[in-house]
Amino acid sequence: MAVVARFEVEYTRFLDPQGEATQALPPFALDPAALLPLYRAMTQARLFDSKAIALQRTGKIGTFASALGQEAIGIGVASAMRAEDVLVPSYRDHAAQLLRGVTMAESLLYWGGDERGSDFSVPRQDFPICVPIATQVCHAAGCAYAFKLRNEPRVAVCILGDGGTSKGDFYEALNLAAVWQAPLLVVVNNNQWAISVPRAMQSAAPTLAQKAIAVGIDGCQVDGNDVVAVRHLAQQAIAKARAGGGPSLIEAISYRLGDHTTADDATRYRDPAEVEPQWAFEPIRRLRNYLLRLNAWSATQEEALVKECSEAVNAAVEAYLATPPPTTADMFDHLYAALPATLQGQRETALHFAPHDGGSHG
Amino acid sequence: MAELNLVEAVNRALAWEMERDPALVLLGEDIGVNGGVFRATVGLQQRFGAGRVIDTALAETAIAGTAVGMAAMGLKPVAEIQFSGFIYPTLDHVINHASRLRHRTRGRLSCPLVLRSPCGAGIHAPEHHSESPEALFAHVPGLRVVIPSSPGRAYGLLLAAIRDPDPVIFLEPTRLYRLFKQEVADDGAALPLDVCFTLRAGSDVTLVSWGAMLQETQAAAEVLAAEGVSAEVIDVATLKPLDMATILDSVARTGRCVIVHEAARSGGFGAEIAANLAEYGIYSLLAPVQRVTGYDVVVPLARLEYQYLPSVERIVAAARKTLEGT
Repeated sequence: MAVVARFEVEYTRFLDPQGEATQALPPFALDPAALLPLYRAMTQARLFDSKAIALQRTGKIGTFASALGQEAIGIGVASAMRAEDVLVPSYRDHAAQLLRGVTMAESLLYWGGDERGSDFSVPRQDFPICVPIATQVCHAAGCAYAFKLRNEPRVAVCILGDGGTSKGDFYEALNLAAVWQAPLLVVVNNNQWAISVPRAMQSAAPTLAQKAIAVGIDGCQVDGNDVVAVRHLAQQAIAKARAGGGPSLIEAISYRLGDHTTADDATRYRDPAEVEPQWAFEPIRRLRNYLLRLNAWSATQEEALVKECSEAVNAAVEAYLATPPPTTADMFDHLYAALPATLQGQRETALHFAPHDGGSHG
Repeated sequence: MAELNLVEAVNRALAWEMERDPALVLLGEDIGVNGGVFRATVGLQQRFGAGRVIDTALAETAIAGTAVGMAAMGLKPVAEIQFSGFIYPTLDHVINHASRLRHRTRGRLSCPLVLRSPCGAGIHAPEHHSESPEALFAHVPGLRVVIPSSPGRAYGLLLAAIRDPDPVIFLEPTRLYRLFKQEVADDGAALPLDVCFTLRAGSDVTLVSWGAMLQETQAAAEVLAAEGVSAEVIDVATLKPLDMATILDSVARTGRCVIVHEAARSGGFGAEIAANLAEYGIYSLLAPVQRVTGYDVVVPLARLEYQYLPSVERIVAAARKTLEGT
């Protein structure tokens, strides 16, 4: 018998939950000026998240998917990207989107039931949120192929959940991107739950990262609640992809502290006693602990930051609520580049029967 | 001018546009080195390189899904699905993404891809190689669905599909690939999408069909002519969006309509045309609309497939029925 293949999956963490370095830190993590934007972005994302839930509870937006406790994944990954790279997000990735330049008002517009929320002012080439599970990995692989064919130094970055790795799309896209050596980074937000189905029922594989091995690319695990580690590994993978080194997979281990969405009640299937200890690992407190150790943060600064971020959220809510509803014709006018003649009559019917007040939010 | 069969016309149209549009890429199974199992892409990888004529892994979902990403990033992907029976794994990407990317981003991103696939029965093919899935796609807002019925229309409509800024499902009747040749100019001239073509003028009955079934439909028109019945023949060509005006105009003159397609009857695209005739043309009709279609059964394997496919006799019989009592 001969061994024809061996593989290992590495796990990386730089900061433990108390914010103490577990190993030599990457240079950016020694510089508070590099860390504070990450801290600010995570704080902003969480305040946005909790406001969005409140807006749903009061009927001001529709169903919303919270990213509570997973902010380090979106912020770590997006902070490693360049503006000209392309993010292909799922529905739990507003942290990454916000850091990329999508505004909170645009995000609320989308969740509030208005397609104009996906017409981002910035970044113009990022994909809109993908709702069908893991399909976006295929789109990201196609984006990456386009970049490679045109010799553009750009990288496609895609995020999906642990449940998404059970879909064929995930494997097919990764497999094809690997054959193409396309500049792609796929990040799995392993928050342990796919609605009610726990990670153990999703796959018998001990890691999701090892699914990369099957297609011949690098796969690693990272502490997804350690923004330093997420950013560092994403930077490495993106740099490698940009240099022609092909795709990578990062499995970011985190925990879904909230419900799947506002339409979900996790107490139906998840023991609340399981959730409580997970709060000790959440990413914002961890980075704050580290910043405090560096003497780079204070209670006064914290108070000021929360105030500033809350005001930004409130301004976004106001902008969202003040946005007039789309016109009735909007549902016709963007379907094709030019409205086919056969749709003219239906458009006229819709306009004829349109409510006089033009509809409302939520 | 060149004497081309339908599959050669497809090849020429692809080559013409590959030459002129550097954003155009082809992807699919066996389309590169092998030139496609029907040879639709023969010679193109040698001419334009493996970067633009991509032999993909055997994964229809990823072929469609990566084409969505390519299209959104400014390429013009023309993806080939090897047989229509293998097109179903693409539906998630075609229906949930390609058809609506423009709409859901308010035009910020778009998806100008073409999904080519052979379709239809009649070549004694194995199981899952003879389906006619056009009505499935024609139900989806945001798509165009095009089926050529001759080498010339395959050439011109495929160029139009490639140049169209929105996703097009382009179904090529397998039975026509090598059935006959035609003079094709190969001059890069596209035909218009979204319009029907009147292949034969007539005054007594309108025969409406598309794809390979126009062979039987035109033969039926000949039989009817010998009986003194003047049949108009319309090639729908673009099923979605449907040019109902041409059909209504014809029926306004003939007062009778027979719709012919080889896909199963229930929910087939003939039902859509018949419904439109009922809504907008009923006062022109002198007789009930007739549908001659495949039966609501699984497309049979080779030994029975020609009993499944509408025949000249069935079409002639349906036309005669519309003329009963005249």
